Amino acid sequence: MAHLHDCWHCGAKDAASLFCRYCNTIQAPTPDYYEFFDLPRCLALDSEDLKNRFYTLSRLLHPDRYTRRSEQERRFSLEASSILNDAYRVLRDPIQRAEYVLRQEGFPVGDQRNKDVPPELLEEVFELNMALDELRGGDLEVLPQLDAMRRRFQEMLAEIDSGLQALFARHDAAPAEERKEVLAAIRSTLNRRRYISNLIQEVDRQLAARNA
Amino acid sequence: MSTFQIDFSSAQKRRIIGIDLGTTNSLAAFMDLTGPEIIPGPDGSRMVPSIVSLDVSGSFVVGEPARRLLIDAPERTVYSVKRLMGRGREDVAEELKLFPFRIAEGSEQVIRLQLGDRTFTPPEISAQILKELKRRAEQYLGEEITQAVITVPAYFNDAQRQATRDAGRIAGLEVLRLVNEPTAASLAYGLDKRKEGIVAVYDLGGGTFDISILRLHEGIFEVLATNGDTHLGGDDIDNRLLAIALEDIASEWGEDLSHNGEAVQTIRQAVIRAKEELSFQPVTVIDLEYRGRRYQRELRRELFENLIRDIVERTLGPCRQAMRDAGLEPEQIDEVVLVGGSTRIPMVRRAVEALFKAKPHTELNPDEVVALGAAVQAAILSGDVQDKLLLDVTPLSLGIETMGGVVSKLIHRNSTIPASATEIFTTSVDGQRNVLIHVVQGERELAKDCRSLARFDLKDIEPMPAGMARIEVRFLIDANGILNVTARDLRSGKEQSIEVKPSYGLTEEQVEAMIRESFEKAEEDLRERQVREARVEADNILAAVEKARLSDAWLELTDEERAAIDAAINELQMVYHSGDHLLIRDRIEKLDAATRRLAENMMNTAVRQALKGTKIE
Repeated sequence: MAHLHDCWHCGAKDAASLFCRYCNTIQAPTPDYYEFFDLPRCLALDSEDLKNRFYTLSRLLHPDRYTRRSEQERRFSLEASSILNDAYRVLRDPIQRAEYVLRQEGFPVGDQRNKDVPPELLEEVFELNMALDELRGGDLEVLPQLDAMRRRFQEMLAEIDSGLQALFARHDAAPAEERKEVLAAIRSTLNRRRYISNLIQEVDRQLAARNA
Repeated sequence: MSTFQIDFSSAQKRRIIGIDLGTTNSLAAFMDLTGPEIIPGPDGSRMVPSIVSLDVSGSFVVGEPARRLLIDAPERTVYSVKRLMGRGREDVAEELKLFPFRIAEGSEQVIRLQLGDRTFTPPEISAQILKELKRRAEQYLGEEITQAVITVPAYFNDAQRQATRDAGRIAGLEVLRLVNEPTAASLAYGLDKRKEGIVAVYDLGGGTFDISILRLHEGIFEVLATNGDTHLGGDDIDNRLLAIALEDIASEWGEDLSHNGEAVQTIRQAVIRAKEELSFQPVTVIDLEYRGRRYQRELRRELFENLIRDIVERTLGPCRQAMRDAGLEPEQIDEVVLVGGSTRIPMVRRAVEALFKAKPHTELNPDEVVALGAAVQAAILSGDVQDKLLLDVTPLSLGIETMGGVVSKLIHRNSTIPASATEIFTTSVDGQRNVLIHVVQGERELAKDCRSLARFDLKDIEPMPAGMARIEVRFLIDANGILNVTARDLRSGKEQSIEVKPSYGLTEEQVEAMIRESFEKAEEDLRERQVREARVEADNILAAVEKARLSDAWLELTDEERAAIDAAINELQMVYHSGDHLLIRDRIEKLDAATRRLAENMMNTAVRQALKGTKIE
């Protein structure tokens, strides 16, 4: 939740977050996405509520509203609007939102792209690579097989996504000291998800190259 | 037309005008009490053709008067200069086959155009158009104008935007905002009356094509996706017709005119006329006369449409991509707005209607709607309009070149702006003092296939073992769609110095020099005009006195009075060629004083004669 600081403009103590509650002057914005939106650090967010907050804050912070203000206010407005837009982009997407929270809690994500095949996928990945090799070799008979594999991966993604929802709810309900454990589970799920979605992209790329 | 809630409570504020700096025509508009209005010229014209010519005395001729010079003095006249804004020499190789641009020698980083014996960069040429609009606005509104909103194609990259802003500065205008043309058009239409909805703006101008898809929500115009082609427009259609006419004339007259600038311009104007007529009638005639020879050729709309079909189809790909990026199907588009003169072509309208499955809006003049929208945006900035807000996006992804020439994307296309990204950089060699960051714009994987924006040199890094330095670089795209880069040394917390080397376009120093030069030039121009005006006045009074010598009133003067007049005439003649308008005016006043009695006498004589009923001459 919003953290209060002293106003740079009127000097009032502990009076300001995005604006000073006394003189209403724009402040140096917080870089924390949740704090910026004045939201609790939950992984499940109501997208309609988030959108309304985004529009309300846009009206208040956009540089168009500060053209004739002081240099300092113009700078804060630019800075705040860019954080607002970046934050909205990240928070409205469940995957990016989870990755953001993981990074903040000290779980780096996305470092182990494609390197290690998740053991339970070994067989499928082997099969897929064979099929793609044949496709590159001009064998069009693998097309139905590729299609089926693509569908299978898509199903896996859907399964992962509903699993993630449950994990998000668990995270949000857990007391602070248990959250790390849930986050660890979320991270491995996200890595698996990323791996599978890369596989789908690879299939699409190869098919597109084939059609071109 | 919508109504605007306007707050004029602080009317003493400086006025901000809106400007559409177009490929073919440019316009200025302002927010009047009832809504945005185009600012007309002294002759009532609403558009300034984007044509600039340098006359033999070295002054610029802009707009309609320059159009004639396209034919009479093509070597010192330029049009469609917007196509060259923010571009490098190699970018325009294709254009040069079709446009009579004369690129000067030594045009590496910035193109220089040859006009007569002088050379100018595209921003300097554009600045002349902006100056003309500024003059018109000052004359019409009766106040000095120093601030403006200028529109740019949504698909303009960073260099093209910077070049436009530079043009404004050279023209003596503080550019408070660059607004994307399709977004501006949506503001002019006031479509927010419907509270909620999805709007597609299809903007086919003289040289550029843009498509923007917006979501309207209680006065917020949120761009969801934009796409386009900065080199597709009515000019391409003209070139197609021109090529056919040239070929036809070559076979008819046995003469290839394609390298004859004057002839090409005559033919171009004739085919443009024919193109425009075909929007209203099914058949027309390309009709022209050149050096006493007449060329006529019937052109049917059917043939015309076959000729331009692929050009129209080229606009549909970006439209589909924008819909994909916005995550929308054509059925979800509630309204379509047409912008740009080329959308008058029936085939274009049909294609748009078929694609979006919605009848397009055409209530506002497609040539004027962008300028009107710019005026609305100007009123938003000034605070006069408070119930609207534009949230635009960056049209192209921004990235940095990494190992092996691969691009690492930092800000994706269609991100709402202002947008930012932060990266930590380090050194790879012990004691390394500099880190070079190559920033590119575009969607391709390899840096060489993207548009190079600039190289940022992080300088004076504290010498340290390799990998120990930690420099945080913040890339921020502002509300104009222009990149700002700042860097901080995370170890010392100090701001890290950066040297910016733009890949295309002018350096800050060059722009400053041009502003200075233009300012000096303006003073020079003003002085010259004042001297000319003073001389005209001197001519008038000298002629009047000479005429008065022949009248009865002259005879009624004393000898002293006559001598004083002759002395004053002499004094005025002595300073007539001095070039000092204050001195000339001073002597005019003295002569005026010396001839006061003479004037009175003449007046009395006139009255006496009038009373007698005789007419005096």
